[in-house]
Amino acid sequence: MGKLIVSLSPHAHGRQSIERNMYGVIIALMPAMLASFYFFGLGSVIVTATSVAACCFFEWAICKYILKKKENTLLDGSAVITGLLLAFNLPSNLPIWIILIGALFAIGVAKMTFGGLGNNIFNPALVGRAALLVAFPAQMTTWPKIGQWDTYLDAETGATPLSIINWAIRSGDASILEQLPSSFDLFLGNHSGGAGAMGEICALALLFGLAFMLYEKIITWHIPVSILGTAFVFSGLLHLASPVYPDPMSVLLTGGIMLGAIFMATDYVTSPMTPKGQIIYGVAIGFLTIVIRNWGSYPEGMSFAILIMNAFTPLINNYVKPKRFGEVPAKQ
Amino acid sequence: MNIKTFSIGGIHPDENKLTHEAVTQKAALPKQAIFPLSQHIGAPAKPVVQKGDKVKVGTLIAEAGGFVSAPIYSSVSGTVFKIDTAIDATGYRKPVIIINVEGDEWEECIDRSDKLETVEAHPELTPEDIINRVKEAGVTGMGGAGFPTFIKLTPPPTAKAECVIINAVECEPYITADFRLMMEKADEILVGLELLMIAAKVTTGYIGIEINKPAAIELLTKKCAEKFGGSKYNVEVVPLKQRYPQGGEKQLVDAVIQRQVPAPPAIPVNVGAIVQNVGTAFAVYEAVMKHKPLFERYTTVTGKLLQKPGNFLVRMGTPMQDLIDACGGMPEGDNKLLAGGPMMGKALTSTEVPICKGTNSVTIISGEEARRKEPQPCIRCAKCVLVCPMGLEPYLLAKLSEVKNWDRCEHEDIVNCIECGSCQFTCPAYRPLLDNIRQGKAIVMGIIRSRAAKN
Repeated sequence: MGKLIVSLSPHAHGRQSIERNMYGVIIALMPAMLASFYFFGLGSVIVTATSVAACCFFEWAICKYILKKKENTLLDGSAVITGLLLAFNLPSNLPIWIILIGALFAIGVAKMTFGGLGNNIFNPALVGRAALLVAFPAQMTTWPKIGQWDTYLDAETGATPLSIINWAIRSGDASILEQLPSSFDLFLGNHSGGAGAMGEICALALLFGLAFMLYEKIITWHIPVSILGTAFVFSGLLHLASPVYPDPMSVLLTGGIMLGAIFMATDYVTSPMTPKGQIIYGVAIGFLTIVIRNWGSYPEGMSFAILIMNAFTPLINNYVKPKRFGEVPAKQ
Repeated sequence: MNIKTFSIGGIHPDENKLTHEAVTQKAALPKQAIFPLSQHIGAPAKPVVQKGDKVKVGTLIAEAGGFVSAPIYSSVSGTVFKIDTAIDATGYRKPVIIINVEGDEWEECIDRSDKLETVEAHPELTPEDIINRVKEAGVTGMGGAGFPTFIKLTPPPTAKAECVIINAVECEPYITADFRLMMEKADEILVGLELLMIAAKVTTGYIGIEINKPAAIELLTKKCAEKFGGSKYNVEVVPLKQRYPQGGEKQLVDAVIQRQVPAPPAIPVNVGAIVQNVGTAFAVYEAVMKHKPLFERYTTVTGKLLQKPGNFLVRMGTPMQDLIDACGGMPEGDNKLLAGGPMMGKALTSTEVPICKGTNSVTIISGEEARRKEPQPCIRCAKCVLVCPMGLEPYLLAKLSEVKNWDRCEHEDIVNCIECGSCQFTCPAYRPLLDNIRQGKAIVMGIIRSRAAKN
């Protein structure tokens, strides 16, 4: 007779695994990636490929040569996700050497120095973007126009919807907002004059990704809904107060708020551990995004809002507890 | 129709009810029956026989060892071989009584007929009579925990019972013993429920059954209507959503009467419910109406690689190897032998461990499933928090236990954990969450007890 294996209960495991969740997120990002290739052409392919390859390389190399881990963590899929998300935050005409610096920052500084997957405090892709924004402000704030198939570094650039909004608020002239594409065009990404970061362009593609992740139970609705809901309500109130502020639909459909709400703020490691905590986190991010967008010097506020709230996540985890079974007095 | 369920957390493990349709067979008598003296919660029983004594089926072989304890009766006739130690489900050697089996002679007082004895035919039975017979017969919780039933039927003065809830949920994968019992002994179970309601001095009863057992729901609903319709009793069969751990008594009370039992030391009767497993209800019927002490039970013997899995009516004390042989023998290779189901069962270190009062299943897990995967770092996905039915944060409790921060463990309500295993089942990183929490919980409970003893 063979041996008897002895260990403690439970003796069964569900289908969850780190790989399944990470690859699920990658699949969810595919519609947005295809949309970005469609709208930005060759530049987008180069930037995406470089970012993913660089992030994977840095994770593999650091794991093998610096941390000297037994099992390389490259295969769990999280480096690929960081690569994709970093790429989606970048303009499609960003030179390769800048992308490499961004990837090194994202993986090396924001993720591996803290101990690798599970230990980082800040979202690695956003740290990479923030670092590049500060180090290379000119290259990071010129955005190619959509529809240029075979250009890369020589792409023609233009004003993004966010910069139009920023201009309107600063100058106090509400008529500038008429230059914004219609909500329908913003939804599909089809704005002829305008431009933007690669992954942010097509809200429809991002929503497909959200639907997939919710269906596969990779994330729950709490963070995306609280961010978008708060942003909608707050910007709606501002719009009613003064027409110089854009209407809430445009606010949701411009810039990185959809990409951020669906893929960046929902990052497991840097978001709170309880549904209640996640709603508090999401509301704060939504609020901060609008504040930074409207009254800060950068047109985009999402990345910074998320990074600020990442810092608050441990505090939220400490004080916000789930409802305990038996807490409520028994109903008579 | 809105199907009831419990309010927080829960998971959906694969059902694997391989023996759902297998009609119960009488297991063959063993050559030697082994009776551990500790088969229940509370003090171990004390032997009242010695080597060489002749016993019959139903003879008392060990008396209760204290208030929270239960007597043990022989399930076989023969000669007491020795009082010794043997490996039990805990993996440790514990005191046992070993009896060499000779023939199958029963004590005369036991009524072996199939005639259904009803309460109407015995109007003289008082609640005290019922509780005494249950106590003397050694009836303990048959769902696995093994709490002495007579104590549950006498709530503390601060609590008042309002209803009896029969736990026929059987949410663990693989196990079908309770289902078969319902299909084959429904009338007896309902008389048992009636006896429990008389003993608890209530007139409301519920039978909670998961919807993956539609035949049982249909049968019991019909029989309940026939038996209790128009009577002073209000008995309802409650279909419940299929979700683990619906069979946990706190989750059951929450689903059936929408009341949540507060944190320990509170128990279900503090919110008015007395919960009994359906096998216990049947044992109560046999004890009170047939003068039959507890010595045999329905047990499922199952496993994906077992040749002929089945449900058995087995005499307690039968070594598991006998049942495994009856099902075609242990599968090739290394296996996990569980007393109980895959979620909360105990992995055994020997196939000679006997069937005890709480052994509702013998489950054999083979191949890949029998081995744990290498744990990875926590990715903070919070899925453990989502599935915990008690509203706890398993990732945090496991970490705090690991670093031995007992104060914080207590503050984070570690003693509320029911050890259901939903967290570890779900964790994508295969982290041993429950291993750590269980240890921390035991130590924190010890700290609380010694603090209470000092005051």
